[in-house]
Amino acid sequence: MKQIINLKVNGVAHQVETDTRRTLLEVIREHLGLMGTKKGCDEGDCGACTVLLDGKPVNSCLVLAIEAQDKPITTIEGLASNGKLDPIQEAFVANGAFQCGFCTPGMVMAAKGLLNENPHPTQEEATRAIAGNLCRCTGYLRFVEGIQQAAKAKV
Amino acid sequence: MIFIRRLPQFDYVAPRTLWEASSVLAERKSEAVLMAGGTDLLPKMKKREATPRYLVSLKNVPGLAYIKEDKGALKIGPMATIHDVESSPVIAGKYAILRDTSLVFASAQIRNLATVTGNLCNAAPSADMASPLIALGATLSLSGPQGGRTIPLEKFFTGPFTNSLGEGELVAEIQAPQPQPHTGGVYIKHSIRNAMDHAIVGVAVVLTLDGSDVCKDVRIALGACAPTPVRAAEAEKALKGNKLTKAAIDKAAKAAVSAAQPRSDPEYKREMVQVLTARALNQAWQIAR
Repeated sequence: MKQIINLKVNGVAHQVETDTRRTLLEVIREHLGLMGTKKGCDEGDCGACTVLLDGKPVNSCLVLAIEAQDKPITTIEGLASNGKLDPIQEAFVANGAFQCGFCTPGMVMAAKGLLNENPHPTQEEATRAIAGNLCRCTGYLRFVEGIQQAAKAKV
Repeated sequence: MIFIRRLPQFDYVAPRTLWEASSVLAERKSEAVLMAGGTDLLPKMKKREATPRYLVSLKNVPGLAYIKEDKGALKIGPMATIHDVESSPVIAGKYAILRDTSLVFASAQIRNLATVTGNLCNAAPSADMASPLIALGATLSLSGPQGGRTIPLEKFFTGPFTNSLGEGELVAEIQAPQPQPHTGGVYIKHSIRNAMDHAIVGVAVVLTLDGSDVCKDVRIALGACAPTPVRAAEAEKALKGNKLTKAAIDKAAKAAVSAAQPRSDPEYKREMVQVLTARALNQAWQIAR
């Protein structure tokens, strides 16, 4: 069943004609061409497709696009502003918090969601916030360090 | 090998009231499925384990995401998410067992989508929200085309992934009585990983003291130990009205094993029920004092 849906992604309003069964992940990648958001397991286990819906991290593979209307959506492409990276991105770069890069967008968005709600997380809170994001390269420690550094940088 | 594919075809139905949702379910019968957060249903559909002709979503019904205290009882609306439980000031006080449970539930991303009610309706034997709510004495208000009824949560589950909802029925509210003074609640989830994992065994205890060390009331519920979440009645009987001691707790923990009818790894799970029930009772005792 085709339907017109309205999405507000990274501050820009989009009107998309799509099937009601399309997930937010599929629409972000295939209709809007924003390839930063990754498709990993497609069943909510790996976190690679994490975006912010109304400021909170969600698995975009588990959201119907039609149900994401009228709520602001932020993808990895929406973080940098005026050519300047978000403090989390800066901190991940400074800490070498990635290797192959596939999990990075989801990891950054999960971290962003945490800092939106809790600007000064403890190490345990930072660890817990990325518990739904799989990374097969690093040992996760650098993400946690990156999150804590970004929290300090924001002060 | 199970393949994850794109979602199959379905008609998206967006009722504006619970009554309307219930009418659609009653009319379309087994062709329709109700969706709350979607975190259990959508993966099932991608694996073709569920292929509903009509997907009836509650997202467009306003005012269902509440958590409040009213007339001496906790009330949770059908669209309240696990994250709502995690951040609710009402929960953080007397119902802290639910907050502790939300913290060991899946991942932050899932908690922002998944609902408490959906976790119960999916009826996994290991559902994290089930045993703590049973231990709190929760009941469910169901509504359907024939009207409403209330059932204790422990009677809601009929088998692995099945519940006692009739045709057109849905869960309109979860209620739990306010715990009495000197009550402690503990949920211990035993799993291999700290996140994104099912419980191997889950034990929930809500224990009330009489002001001294005598157990005035206790409810113990076990998850992932039987085809449904179950109450450990023998263990409760062993403690109620008696003075709490290490020996009394060990005896009750042993009695809890009789409630377990594990579908897999029976020896290990029974052993864990005994160990974790004792641990949960000891922790609840400390909190209740």
